[in-house]
Amino acid sequence: MNFDMGPYSVYIWPAYGVSAVLLIGVTVWTVAAWRRARAKLAGLEKRGPSSRPRDMASGT
Amino acid sequence: MSPFATLLARDIRLAARSGGSAALALSFFALVATLVPLGVGADLHLLARVAGGILWVAAVLAALLSLDRLFQGDFEDGSLDVIALSPLPLELTALAKIMAHWLSTGLPLTLLSPLLALLFNLPAPATVILFVSLLVGTPAVSAVGAIGAALTLSLKRGGLILPLIILPLLAPAVIFGAGAVSLALDQLAPQNALGMLAAFAFAAVLLSPFAAAASVRLNLGG
Amino acid sequence: MQFIFRYANPHEFMRLSGRVLPFTAIATAACLAAALYLGFSAPPDYQQGRTVLILFIHVPAATLAMGVYGAIAVCSLLSLVWRHPLSDIAARSAAPLGALFTVLGLVTGSLWGKPMWGTYWVWDARLTSFLLLLFIYLGYMALWNAVEDETRAARAAAILALVGAVNIPIIKFSVDWWNTLHQGESLMSGKLAPVFLAPLLLMMAGYALLFLTLWMVRIRTAILERRARSLMQG
Repeated sequence: MNFDMGPYSVYIWPAYGVSAVLLIGVTVWTVAAWRRARAKLAGLEKRGPSSRPRDMASGT
Repeated sequence: MSPFATLLARDIRLAARSGGSAALALSFFALVATLVPLGVGADLHLLARVAGGILWVAAVLAALLSLDRLFQGDFEDGSLDVIALSPLPLELTALAKIMAHWLSTGLPLTLLSPLLALLFNLPAPATVILFVSLLVGTPAVSAVGAIGAALTLSLKRGGLILPLIILPLLAPAVIFGAGAVSLALDQLAPQNALGMLAAFAFAAVLLSPFAAAASVRLNLGG
Repeated sequence: MQFIFRYANPHEFMRLSGRVLPFTAIATAACLAAALYLGFSAPPDYQQGRTVLILFIHVPAATLAMGVYGAIAVCSLLSLVWRHPLSDIAARSAAPLGALFTVLGLVTGSLWGKPMWGTYWVWDARLTSFLLLLFIYLGYMALWNAVEDETRAARAAAILALVGAVNIPIIKFSVDWWNTLHQGESLMSGKLAPVFLAPLLLMMAGYALLFLTLWMVRIRTAILERRARSLMQG
């Protein structure tokens, strides 16, 4: 693979850099929000009486 | 008088009474037209080039000022519920409000524009085109604005969201309106631009009452 | 139509998405890795030199920015006309992702434009339309956040999304016209040599799969959050 960008490196690397940072960032944020929601729901279900129809958190 | 005309007359009277929304819009329009040369310098040649764009943007913003109250006033004191129950279809109610708004803001702005064009050293033929473009295009501003007003009528601070929602949708009007002036300035034919502006305004006035009515209905809990 | 309504049931959606997610996640990683490898192995473009590499991440971002809005419009239509229960959640979940792709499209487009045209911002038709699209996304998300009652927010946002969908072609047309009027530069002229097609398409697939993966996770998260809220209310 050729990584020599010559004079264009000041444009190419920031472009890839910003894309990587934002895409990885949104992925991390998405997964974190999912884990938070799952943990919160699990906590609520443990406390509350289990007179509900289905356990949503186990639908993974 | 038909229910439509009654509503139209009522809204115009309300607009005239509540601090004169026309006066407010006109003052704002004139102020922006004054500030811009202070900002970009008094080069008359430059001012003539930017006149179309500046005055169009200023007109859109001035018309925006009174938009958030379009449905809100009636919503807050309950008269919107009564109006919604009347035999007049909600779409026609929306159309009446759009027309009232245009008569109390868009039209006065259009009438003032030649005077402001003078401040920008816009030559007479281009000023005529500016006038025509505003005349044709400001109804679109009222129409599209009404959709935003209806969507945000239940919000206390809805006034902040309203410009964000409708300004992108009004880009075509600014583009065609100011574009026509630009063409006239270069002594090219502005008909195409005016034609597209007219088509946009026609479609906007025709279709937005439906969207506005739907938005009013959802906010009334219908 | 029946197919869509089958997964309107949140539980069905959780089940299906749970099974599909591992595959989309892996496929995403595979496509992106392959695209990066092929892209950086390719020779410089005859006209654009190495800046063609930016195109590999600009075109997918730009395409998805518009595609996601299309998805939001479809979900909004389903929500308003057929009262499809999950479509509200789906539309709202997609919006930040679409906005992100729009930002990426703008940034990469700008960085592509600088070596080509000399300035970071060029008022060409595409970039300008994208800037307006970004505002449309922001307005959509703002409306969701501003209206307190969730059902009303969903319907208001749906109306706004549809109004935007009707307007976007008009905006695109008017900006194109404006561009020819003021003789702006055209950002994306010329064809792409075949050797670049493979990494571009792979990157496009990777981006699309990434969106689908993240979208599903966000919808699942929203379903769980709704469940938690209803538990807390009693």
